[in-house]
Amino acid sequence: MLLIYNNPAFYEAWSEEDRTALFSEVDQIMTELRESGEFVAGEALADGSNTKTVRVRDGVPAVTDGPFAEAKEQMVGYITVDCDSEERAVQIAARWPDAKYFAMEVRPIMHTTVADV
Amino acid sequence: VTDRGLEDLLRPLAGQVLGVLVRRYGQFDACEDAVQEALLDASVQWPDSGVPENPKGWLVTVASRRLTDQWRSESARRRREATVAALEPPAVLAGPLPGDDAAGEQDDTLTLLFLCCHPALASASQVALTLRAVGGLTTVEIARAFLVPEATMAQRISRAKQRIKASGTGFHLPSEPERSERLPVVLQVLYLIFNEGYTASSGPGVHRAELTVEAIRLTRAVHALLPDDGEVTGLLALMLLTDARRAARTRPDGTPVPLAEQDRSRWDTAAISEGAALVSQALASAPLGPYQVQAAIAAIHDEAARPADTDWRQILALYGLLERLAPGPAVTLNRAVAVAMVQGPHAGLKLLSGLDGDGRIAGGHRAEAVRAHLLELAGDRDGARTAFTRAARRTTSLPEQRYLQAQATRLAPRDR
Repeated sequence: MLLIYNNPAFYEAWSEEDRTALFSEVDQIMTELRESGEFVAGEALADGSNTKTVRVRDGVPAVTDGPFAEAKEQMVGYITVDCDSEERAVQIAARWPDAKYFAMEVRPIMHTTVADV
Repeated sequence: VTDRGLEDLLRPLAGQVLGVLVRRYGQFDACEDAVQEALLDASVQWPDSGVPENPKGWLVTVASRRLTDQWRSESARRRREATVAALEPPAVLAGPLPGDDAAGEQDDTLTLLFLCCHPALASASQVALTLRAVGGLTTVEIARAFLVPEATMAQRISRAKQRIKASGTGFHLPSEPERSERLPVVLQVLYLIFNEGYTASSGPGVHRAELTVEAIRLTRAVHALLPDDGEVTGLLALMLLTDARRAARTRPDGTPVPLAEQDRSRWDTAAISEGAALVSQALASAPLGPYQVQAAIAAIHDEAARPADTDWRQILALYGLLERLAPGPAVTLNRAVAVAMVQGPHAGLKLLSGLDGDGRIAGGHRAEAVRAHLLELAGDRDGARTAFTRAARRTTSLPEQRYLQAQATRLAPRDR
């Protein structure tokens, strides 16, 4: 899984033109991944202001708004790819525009297959 | 007919029908689509109307009609009358063609396998295409088995077909020596399909388990066509001898059971006898190869009534042989276990430490898990626990992680 990190406030300050160029860059990569049969899934997360935090203490759930990580780098979405190697996953992550300004994390997903032990 | 019965009937016919079509009309990719549609028609119609007297003939006729319908509509669109005339099928369909006899059909299955395992394709594509074109599985079934969305799998298959088309490979059996050069790729694809199914545990992996059945069926078909090839025989034997332990290898919650702790009464004795007979026959008559050696090792494990009866000396000798035939860090890892069983855990650990320079495996969870087992055998509980914990952190398999964590917990210092 490729975890996408950025600070939404950073892009908010961009011009509309630059943002359009950014989105078409992402569209282009997505198209390539669909065509190559490597794309599995992906979602973008809504703005952090829509977050609710849930904690259960002594059996009582407490729901609070936030955190509002406005000025911070945060996870904003993910894509899942099925590719031949870790190198290939890193290569895809490096092409994602957010890698240029912020960071991408590449992390294997747990599976349920069992080899002989 | 039941769904299962229908599948058992249809799947072996998929490759044969496709072979007939491709030989008659060329155009592997279009024929492949047409055969899939005919299989779908059969699975919808046969449960109501009953299985036709000649199922294969029915499928060939329906697939041919699908194919010509497709051509007609394309041709109409392009207004290319001349082409339509040239593609009119009735005369062709009237009688048998050269190669429609039994021998031609046998070649078809092999030719298809060589085509699907084309060297221009990535292994994931070879696997998917083999399952669809030769195995008769639908794209949905293959996608489910490999836990990817249907669209992803459909894309993989259509790209694979485009690549084959672009490569200009015709529908004929590769000639020697190309055939013997490419047979290992076919066998590797069959083994990959087998392993995908064999390593599936419970839960979302249920659909995958069927892949072992498909892999064994396809390998049986290749064995029937090339009975004298020792490696084909060896692979079939390896699959049977490995699959024989399937019922005993995981707990109901999906966590693995080590070989030494498996309930051997749940092993499939018929599969073991068949596999053992096949491997003896291959070893006695054909040039030695890695699949035969692996099958021989599996046979020794399977034929031991209790773990203590296992002939580890012979297993060690066979791993030595395997390391010469097909060297690799995974083989060395297994040899380290055999060394430990014959010469003691310290000898095994020494061999394992020799792997530390090999980045491919030294940092892997499997090497850590083996190290943990050997450290425990050597009486080093703390070292074993640390190694089990490291292995648990490194694995990407949830059931394996639970097993490894349980081992680490078992070795934790106890409160008195």
